[in-house]
Amino acid sequence: MQHNKAITVENLTKRFGNFTAVDAISFEVDKGEIFGFLGANGAGKTTAMRMLCGLSLPTAGKATVAGFDVFKQNEEIKRNIGYMSQKFSLYEDLTVKENIRFYGGIYGKSNAFIKEKTGYLLQHLHLEKEANVLVKELPLGWKQKLAFSVAIFHEPEIVFLDEPTGGVDPVTRREFWNMIYEAASNGITVFVTTHYMDEAEYCNRVSIMVDGKIEALDTPTGLKQTYHASSMDDVFVQLARKAVRSDG
Amino acid sequence: MRTLRFILQKEFRQIFRDKGILRIIFILPIMQLIVLPMAADYEMKNIQIAVTDHDHSDYSRKLISKITASGYFKLVSYDDAFNQSMKQVELDKADLILEIPASFEKELVKEDKASLFIAVNAINGVKGSLGGAYLAAIIRSFNNDVRMDWVQFPRFNPEPQIEVASSNWFNPHMNYKLFMVPGILVLLLTMVGTNLTAINIVKEKEIGTIEQINVTPIKKYHFILGKLIPFWVLGLVVMSLGFVVARVVYGIVPIGSFVTIYVFAAVYLLAVLGLGLLISTYSATQQQAMLVSFFIMMIFVLMGGLYTSIDSMPEWAKWITKFNPVSYFIDVMRLVVLKGSTLADIKQQLLSISAFAVGLNLWAVYSYRKRS
Repeated sequence: MQHNKAITVENLTKRFGNFTAVDAISFEVDKGEIFGFLGANGAGKTTAMRMLCGLSLPTAGKATVAGFDVFKQNEEIKRNIGYMSQKFSLYEDLTVKENIRFYGGIYGKSNAFIKEKTGYLLQHLHLEKEANVLVKELPLGWKQKLAFSVAIFHEPEIVFLDEPTGGVDPVTRREFWNMIYEAASNGITVFVTTHYMDEAEYCNRVSIMVDGKIEALDTPTGLKQTYHASSMDDVFVQLARKAVRSDG
Repeated sequence: MRTLRFILQKEFRQIFRDKGILRIIFILPIMQLIVLPMAADYEMKNIQIAVTDHDHSDYSRKLISKITASGYFKLVSYDDAFNQSMKQVELDKADLILEIPASFEKELVKEDKASLFIAVNAINGVKGSLGGAYLAAIIRSFNNDVRMDWVQFPRFNPEPQIEVASSNWFNPHMNYKLFMVPGILVLLLTMVGTNLTAINIVKEKEIGTIEQINVTPIKKYHFILGKLIPFWVLGLVVMSLGFVVARVVYGIVPIGSFVTIYVFAAVYLLAVLGLGLLISTYSATQQQAMLVSFFIMMIFVLMGGLYTSIDSMPEWAKWITKFNPVSYFIDVMRLVVLKGSTLADIKQQLLSISAFAVGLNLWAVYSYRKRS
């Protein structure tokens, strides 16, 4: 399917009973862009992301991901995206290699592809020695890098990352962002949520959600100018202070 | 098909890597199969009897020695007053009281009739009623003995006697193990099948990997088949081990064909695994799944016809057993193991269980949602 934008969202809404978790948000994400999706806890980031990934059915609005409609073509979307959730989602009782093979396999990749790319990946992550180690034995930072590599193993158009660096040390965080840049330079669109404002600075464009709505959307430099702030941290605090919704 | 292969490979790896699960699957059922049938004995032995003997005669002593010699009863007290015997019941030391009246021998000899009194401690209903029946049978036989002593030459019999002779078909020695062991095997298979599938999927929900699966283009039926097939294979392995135990420990060899049993078991396992899947789609945590399957299992076990005969249940309860897959398999197991029934004989049960298998699995696939 021919499409110019990686993601288009128009008035996308999700209600749980009386509670409107995501309130008519609209934005577009270009191909190859690193799009930061910011917001305080409970602002509706994860819900919005889950709708785009086809894990949650929107209540109203329109959205396309990789050119496919989120209402009707959610299974086609899944073929073209990678997803890394807040919860660590590799199988801890499988080895590094087995996890890669399993996820490669269920995306329909050929054995030759899986074999070649696994070798490359292990070398790239310096995990050659740990190839046959159970994933639960790995330190958290390594696990996160592995999870990211697995999420883009099938070479998707777009990868969704939900707080991928939570609880990871600064050095590993840096390495993780190098991997994100590398993926983006290979043409993968990156849609990432984070709580670290230094990470927001690495994004091409950033949106900030408050109480289910997108309050600001611009490049980090643009945002700082608009809000007369010295850092993204400042911008975030100014916006997040307006929130009436409590944490949670 | 290729996707399914990857899922199966992953499932089998995980199962064989989890030593705890392997123990549950293989060792526990076999131990239970060895221990339970030995303990779940319907034959009553060691029924505690207290005797109040007001007569102290030759005949009363003869009767008592006949009772104790039967091997079913143990004399716990021999008193002169009913109150004393009653005390034994109150202390829960006696299950039965036999009261022999003071004129027992005199009436028996002179008037050709005598009465005895049996009081049953019905707190343990099974023991009490069976004990009462045994005792009545022994007294009847004592009565015959006495008459044989007196009637020297039976020229004519004043009372025509009808003697009922019964013969037990298909299980001539009424060996209760012959019907308990296959029945318990069915229960074990049901428990292993339902619990393992239910918990397996809920575990993926808890650790969050199911979300990762849901965001892949995996088909629902691929995922479900990937969960079903490994436990289906394991279930058949457990059953085979069970038959080895039945052969080695109890010497039970089915009269009917193993093919019949395995054909039925193959379909039956699909039904119970489907039930496990269904429980898992409605449970968010492993505790929930465990509790739900535990309660369902209670009903299955108690209304499956193993411990209480379905024929003696009230009409409404019989209807409930029709919705219990366990009752069909226990029925079939007994028919094939004891009677040698063939596939044609169990067609009705096979059809019913197939309906369960299809129904439960369709329901499970339907209620499993990749998108909330």
